[in-house]
Amino acid sequence: MKKNIMPLHLIPCGQSAKVAGLTADGSTRRRMLDFGLIIDTIVESLRKSPSGDPIAYEIRGAVIALRSEEASKIMVELI
Amino acid sequence: MGLTNKSTGMGALKEMLDIRINTSDDIIIALAGNPNTGKSTVFNSLTGLNQHTGNWTGKTVTTARGNYKFKNKNFILVDLPGTYSLLSNSAEEEVARDFICFGNPNATVVVVDATCLERNLNLVLQIMEMTDKVVVCVNLMDEAKRKMIQVDLHKLSELLGVPVVGTNARSGEGLDELMDAVYKVSGKQLITKPTKVTYNDSIEKAIEEIESKINVPIGNEINKRWISLKLIDGDETIIESIKKYTGLNLILENRDVNEPDFGGNDLRDEIVGSIVKLAEDIGSQVVRAKNNRHKDLDRKIDDILTSRLFGIPTMIALLGAIFWITIVGANYPSDAIAKALFTIEDRLTGLFVFYNAPEWLHGVLVLGIYRTLAWVVSVMLPPMAIFFPLFTLLEDLGYLPRVAFNLDNYFKKACAHGKQALTMCMGFGCNAAGVIGCRIIDSPRERLIAIITNFFVPCNGRFPILISVTTIFIAGAASGFFQTIIGALTITAVILLGVIMTLLISKILSKTILKGVPSTFSLELPPYRKPQFGRIIVRSIFDRTIFVLGRAVMVAAPAGLFIWLMANYNINNISLLDHGAAFLQPFAYALGMDGYILMAFILGLPANEIVMPILIMSYMSTGTMIELESLEALRSLLISHGWTWLTAINVMLFCLMHFPCGTTLLTIKKETKSWKWTFVSFMVPTIAGIVVTFVMAQLVRWLGLI
Repeated sequence: MKKNIMPLHLIPCGQSAKVAGLTADGSTRRRMLDFGLIIDTIVESLRKSPSGDPIAYEIRGAVIALRSEEASKIMVELI
Repeated sequence: MGLTNKSTGMGALKEMLDIRINTSDDIIIALAGNPNTGKSTVFNSLTGLNQHTGNWTGKTVTTARGNYKFKNKNFILVDLPGTYSLLSNSAEEEVARDFICFGNPNATVVVVDATCLERNLNLVLQIMEMTDKVVVCVNLMDEAKRKMIQVDLHKLSELLGVPVVGTNARSGEGLDELMDAVYKVSGKQLITKPTKVTYNDSIEKAIEEIESKINVPIGNEINKRWISLKLIDGDETIIESIKKYTGLNLILENRDVNEPDFGGNDLRDEIVGSIVKLAEDIGSQVVRAKNNRHKDLDRKIDDILTSRLFGIPTMIALLGAIFWITIVGANYPSDAIAKALFTIEDRLTGLFVFYNAPEWLHGVLVLGIYRTLAWVVSVMLPPMAIFFPLFTLLEDLGYLPRVAFNLDNYFKKACAHGKQALTMCMGFGCNAAGVIGCRIIDSPRERLIAIITNFFVPCNGRFPILISVTTIFIAGAASGFFQTIIGALTITAVILLGVIMTLLISKILSKTILKGVPSTFSLELPPYRKPQFGRIIVRSIFDRTIFVLGRAVMVAAPAGLFIWLMANYNINNISLLDHGAAFLQPFAYALGMDGYILMAFILGLPANEIVMPILIMSYMSTGTMIELESLEALRSLLISHGWTWLTAINVMLFCLMHFPCGTTLLTIKKETKSWKWTFVSFMVPTIAGIVVTFVMAQLVRWLGLI
């Protein structure tokens, strides 16, 4: 097990991380894969919405907002 | 709950997509693409249809059709819902997938965003797995140029094995070339050799094995490799779709337990991963990006518009500013138009007198129909002509997804779907459109909540009521500069109340008749786009202003006649109108309004646009007949009928919360396929309106404020 692995929603804004794995199943997992969230994809946490959730991430050139429930199912490694 | 499409067969698909094939020579072209790639603009530019396109995800929920002629052939273009992929099995994706797969289009055009090519290629590769006849349209080339992104179209075409055309659909650049490529591919003059994704050995072996087992005569049009892949992927819906559209029952026999784990996560990751990696590989070969200055600018704008501190205040301030400009700007033209139209009325009366026309004829035509129409036009036209372009501007800039981003947490807390923020925004345009828009919500529970609560945001037809009551009454009460400020604040407060009610009622529904937890949600925040002012003005004037006004006039003319008759047909020396109003009076009084107002809302059921005109008509036919030449006169008329600020507030509240208009109700019936939910949608806002206005009226009276 590599170090620094944590769920995506916990990484601070402005920080980039590399996808280490998905813990979601079913259609949520498919949707994540559709965004291109395969292993080793670089994701940057951009900003929180005014109430702190959802959080916007840059994923493969697009800005995608994810609720913490979803982002917590994306395990990333800080870089 | 009756939300599924139960009809079967090829006819069902054609019917669902409502394609009319005139002659067998017609060529059917499917138009696919990610959301927000300007796909609908390509569609509009090609077909000349003025279908509205907004800069946000999920605009095309239903498929639009149009046709164009090229080289003496008739091409029918089918605008499929925008999707990122065809693997996730959402409602939109199934429609798009089934049409490409079973609708037998002669060619499929995939519109991709030049500024975000790599991700868009994911869909291109998936579609190329299903069909060979693909043309890739790389749109937004101008945006890419502005952002210093270069796309090597020639190389892309080489790598994909299909024709690639660069376009700027907004200016029409490259569309001839696109039509030519479509012509050649659909006419088989140009045989494409699409690059297929190759998977790892075990998947390829499994595909081969299953492919050999599918020997039922499904016809040559269905791609066996692709179906095998879907079966390995564990996609049950494809089997259903095959059955639905071809009548064939495909049951995979002898599932070998030693085969790779069918539909398992590892396998699916491998399949999607192979596609994503190929897209990444192709993207890196054809795209050259010089710098990220524009991305930084987008980020800076977002830093303000979605900031923790300023995000929501900015949103409210923007809304308030729009209303302020509308109220300030609409005042003078309203007066001028009213004056002009009522001068014409005098002339018309003169004409009737000159020809000795019977009194009743003058009454019906001039006092009934003409006067109502004149009021509809002078009260509604100026605010709409100012408000709609401003609202369209916000839409075009890409601000609405930011609104959804800012508000999502509240929707989550209300146990509602995040996309409801978007369908709510659609409701600002038209509630019927908002209800149809709810199709983008997959979960039936959350979809129903979004449908039932859609009416809590005022539509195009109700904005004029809010704006005119505010202008005439609330703002008129103050003086000078402050009157417009107070007016803008009032309307903003009403809208915010609408949003709060949407959330509150969603929460109540989630805890009572529609219990459940919110499902997953993700939202794309597209880059800000430079708005096209010319297009905005043309579109908002023609698509919205003329449409709303036209509808109002269509309904107001017969309503004017009806009201005039009611006001002039007496039973026991009291007109029918007065009977009706007197009957409603006690109840209406309890709600802080009067019988005429309530009756105007009831008679306005076909279209809310006519509530104000009906009310003015009723007042004029019963009270002292004063000449109405200005908004000031209108104000006196209302006051002479006992209006106070409470009446004005409660009219606005009731306007915000009452039974949906006829069109919206019929749409709800059509969408939910259930009278029960239509009834619920009717009752929920009505009860909310009654409760709120009742409490307001009683509270104000009890406190002795008026």
